[in-house]
Amino acid sequence: MEAATSNATMTDTTTMGVTDMDATLSPLLKRDLQPATAAPVDASPTEDRRAEYRTLMRKWWFGAAVGVPTMVLSYPWLIPGLRDVFPRDSEQLWWLWAAMGVASLAVIVYSGSQFFTGAWEALRHRSANMHTLIAIGTGTAWIYSTVALLFPQLFPSAAMTDVYYDVTVVVTALVVLGMAMEVKARGRTSEAIEKLIGLQPKTARVVRAGVETEIPVEAVVVGDIVVVRPGSKIPVDGIVVEGASAVDESMITGESMPVAKGADDEVIGATMNTTGSLRFRATKVGADTALATIVRMVGDAQASKVPIQRIVDVVSGYFTPTVVILSILGFVIWYDFGPAPAFTYATIVAVTTLIIACPCALGMATPMSLTTGVGLAASHGILIRSGDALQAAKKLDTIVLDKTGTITVGRPAVTDVVPRPGFEIEDILAFAAAAERDSEHPLAAAIVDGATERGLTPLQPVRFEAVPGHGIRAWIGERQVLVGKQAFLESAGIDVAALETDAARLADEGKTPVFVALDDQAAGVIAIADPVKSDSRAAIAALRKLGLQVVMITGDNRRTAEAIASRVGVERVLAEVLPQDKAHEVRKLQLEGRTVAMVGDGINDAPALAQADVGFAIGTGTDVAIEASDVTLISGSLHGVVSAIEISRATMRNVYQNLFGAFVYNGIGLPVALGVLYPFLGLLLSPILAALAMSFSSVTVISNANRLKRFRLQEVSA
Amino acid sequence: MTPDQIFVTFAGLAAAVGVAWFFWFKRSEGVKASTVSDGYQEVMILVKGGYTPDTIRVTAGRPVRLLFRREETAACSEQVVLPDFGKSAALPTGTVVPVEFMSGEPGEHEFTCQMGMLRGRILVEAS
Repeated sequence: MEAATSNATMTDTTTMGVTDMDATLSPLLKRDLQPATAAPVDASPTEDRRAEYRTLMRKWWFGAAVGVPTMVLSYPWLIPGLRDVFPRDSEQLWWLWAAMGVASLAVIVYSGSQFFTGAWEALRHRSANMHTLIAIGTGTAWIYSTVALLFPQLFPSAAMTDVYYDVTVVVTALVVLGMAMEVKARGRTSEAIEKLIGLQPKTARVVRAGVETEIPVEAVVVGDIVVVRPGSKIPVDGIVVEGASAVDESMITGESMPVAKGADDEVIGATMNTTGSLRFRATKVGADTALATIVRMVGDAQASKVPIQRIVDVVSGYFTPTVVILSILGFVIWYDFGPAPAFTYATIVAVTTLIIACPCALGMATPMSLTTGVGLAASHGILIRSGDALQAAKKLDTIVLDKTGTITVGRPAVTDVVPRPGFEIEDILAFAAAAERDSEHPLAAAIVDGATERGLTPLQPVRFEAVPGHGIRAWIGERQVLVGKQAFLESAGIDVAALETDAARLADEGKTPVFVALDDQAAGVIAIADPVKSDSRAAIAALRKLGLQVVMITGDNRRTAEAIASRVGVERVLAEVLPQDKAHEVRKLQLEGRTVAMVGDGINDAPALAQADVGFAIGTGTDVAIEASDVTLISGSLHGVVSAIEISRATMRNVYQNLFGAFVYNGIGLPVALGVLYPFLGLLLSPILAALAMSFSSVTVISNANRLKRFRLQEVSA
Repeated sequence: MTPDQIFVTFAGLAAAVGVAWFFWFKRSEGVKASTVSDGYQEVMILVKGGYTPDTIRVTAGRPVRLLFRREETAACSEQVVLPDFGKSAALPTGTVVPVEFMSGEPGEHEFTCQMGMLRGRILVEAS
């Protein structure tokens, strides 16, 4: 990212009607004044595109209708029946050609107008583009033909007075057809985002003043109680207050199995309720919903640039004027050294050179693949933030997985409580829970839940001190409680030797031993284990198959960590890493010369995600806009990481194919058009073939990008 | 060489040099963004075969608002990208679309259509 990015303000693509134009200039009319429930999604240019396609197709049909007879009648002496009606140098032929001249002028004016207006507009900006090349090419052919027809005496030989109206007409028609196909194919590349926009339900049933009413989704406000019936869509994001159901979230998370939802669970707008009924409290509406954020993020990513495009941009900035210069030089060389009639050959070469060059293929090579790849990822619940992330993901060789919540479920639970003789299980659990009840550490929640499940109510501590990453010290009533790592208790001068054997055994089982001391006496060990997700092992195997070294990072002690690592097939373990040191560990791996991906939860792991070459935030639910991450995985499965890397690699492969194709096409096409093959093979390209090749090349680039959509993800079975 | 060949050679070379000069070696001064009452430096940019104006001068360290108005349907210009500022916007025909960012340090930045065919420059000048 550039330095300038960090202090950039919001991405604001608020749109207004034409009539609001003057109002827009007034600083008063700002985004803040818009209602909070504004439509979440920007108007897409689909309608523009359809209209553009229809116009271009009409232009193509007109060009083709004139083009076919023009092609035939340009060379009547080659066709048996016509040879006698229009013999060479006859008056009939002159009139026929004159009629063709008029017809081709009509084609230029109707079908080819955008080339001339486009070229003129570009010229005013001192730039040149495809329009410039086609306008000069077809214009030159028409002017040459007309001059040859009207003033044949200007030409030294009769052979030079043949007309090339067919070039004007057919080239115009073919390039217009190419543009139409391009518009259509471009529409397909952005299908993914349109599909996402289409997910947004139109209405919602809310409870207002005790009555259930159906209102437009834009009218839902935060705090509304929304009722979702079986088989209907969840309109906005929220938290379930009542009811139970399974919700199909595949359209947002990519996860195919419906997810069970009950009270206090989060629901995502635009997902589909299956059989049960739910009531939920709206928490995010309008532009803040996960769907709206996803649409925005996908749009931004699709419009971003892959780093390699910066090089392409430099090349394409020089490309078009270079082609014009080449065609001038080609003309000069053919005029000076070419065969007779030199002027005719020189003109054909110059026109062919202008027409075969395809700046469009070059310009579209990268953005088309990027748009398709980012859209494909989004349909799998993977949000790739930018082209930078995509290119970086291709180069990865190491992937660091945070254990908690990534490899494991992330909801640790108490599995064993081992008291020292003289202490009761209930006491240990109750006091530990009391100490931890206000702590935000994930293990704390497990202890509190463990106590509650056993019918114990944790007391309120008088005061407590947390030492992040180590443990907690609390005063409960008269008693002092220490809960934490072995080292934490030892540093407080407590002898924990009696607990060591049990702790070691539990750690070997992959559980985290938490030491508890009551009044400076080692009291017991609470074992907490975070169950491994069912598909972690398969996903890690798939990551290794992609050629990545998999590293697990965790705050757990080495024994526990290694027990889990061996269970899921991880080769390298970074254990006992404090939360604040995770970024440092990533940096250390980078210093080993590795390109490192970090997979974590996006909140605790934010610094490490930011430090990594590619940061994956996993299982974010509705909170999709995690700043520190380069890739956000809405679902909690590690398979998303596999898919994200596969899609990134496929997309970058597609980008390189397109760039290679575009460079090779222009690299071969231009010299051939300039006639380098003529001295050896007597081969000279016709401008019509050049137009065909040119249209074909830009359509090929887009079709190749669209091919990405059919990309099949590696099947990973659990 | 015949006289006409000599003429064509010189005329061709002159034309080639002329093309290079016209497209590459002449740069416009640009339009200075005017500061509006909310502190933004604002410029209206017409998108039609190119960006008018295509060179925008702004003062460093102050917010900028570019108001794009696209008046054509050619698919080429439907997106505008400011890669250095991490900004982009879709430009529906006939609609004013504001793009806001902080000008940052003095320097030169580009804005282009997605394919890099249409180009404009933002010159950030020291205040």
